[in-house]
Amino acid sequence: MLGTIDRTSLQELARAELPGLYALARYLTHTPSAAEELVQDTMVRACRSFASLKDVEAGPKWLRVIMTNVWRDQLRRDGRRPEEVLVDPSPEPGRFSLYQTLADEDPLPWSDTLHVDFLGAFSAEDIHLVLERVPERYRVPLLLRYMDGFDTGEICELLSLPPGTVYSLLHRGRRHFERTLWEYANESGLLEQAAGAERPPRKEA
Amino acid sequence: MIRCREVVERLWTYLDGDLEEADRLAIEEHLRLCVRCCGETAFAKEIRNTLATRSRPKMPDDVQRLLEQFIEGLDAPKPNT
Repeated sequence: MLGTIDRTSLQELARAELPGLYALARYLTHTPSAAEELVQDTMVRACRSFASLKDVEAGPKWLRVIMTNVWRDQLRRDGRRPEEVLVDPSPEPGRFSLYQTLADEDPLPWSDTLHVDFLGAFSAEDIHLVLERVPERYRVPLLLRYMDGFDTGEICELLSLPPGTVYSLLHRGRRHFERTLWEYANESGLLEQAAGAERPPRKEA
Repeated sequence: MIRCREVVERLWTYLDGDLEEADRLAIEEHLRLCVRCCGETAFAKEIRNTLATRSRPKMPDDVQRLLEQFIEGLDAPKPNT
């Protein structure tokens, strides 16, 4: 059982981190109800080991480490080995440069800042939908690195993977993300909307 | 000097600070001279910023309410029955 001060500290930490914890849980589990369950299981485990948290500043990462461990335990219970889920047996995907594709295709011909405006056309919901399309084995390391700020060494520990594998997953993950941004923009009509919004009004004849 | 293709392949690792010093210096030397790769670098930073700031899905209101209630009740003493 936690003391009153510990409980209050944990509650404050949990409230402050709730949006970020839910976001990570959502990407790890795919549905809002499963994400809710993962956040709850994380909190229960955090309660049990709160005494091990010596530095409150480290609290946000500490909670995410716990969440990742709970998720790995859930995978094992479901008969999936986390190492297999995260290891990519497929050959290196083909080369793709979003920067070059945008320069070649010029989907926003009225823009003087094409690359920035392309990314600006995506809402947060669009970015979420793009990331949902990126395979799990790439999405998880990518989000731990760039959404939650873990460094590569920390990701190796979190996922029990060697550095070479994590570098490879991050590299492929970036490519998948860039390619999926381009595909999503074309399929969803995002570029037509952005182009329409930027197009200067037609002069009266 | 290393080629553009090598720079682009290693750009994110460079921005992550995960390259050996000799590789980092080779990329920086290339970037001092290559306008195109500077554009790639600026765009890579924008994409990373997008992941850092716009990738969080919104929490549904009902889920937020339930989780806030759950946090409120964390390890709370059970009422006497």
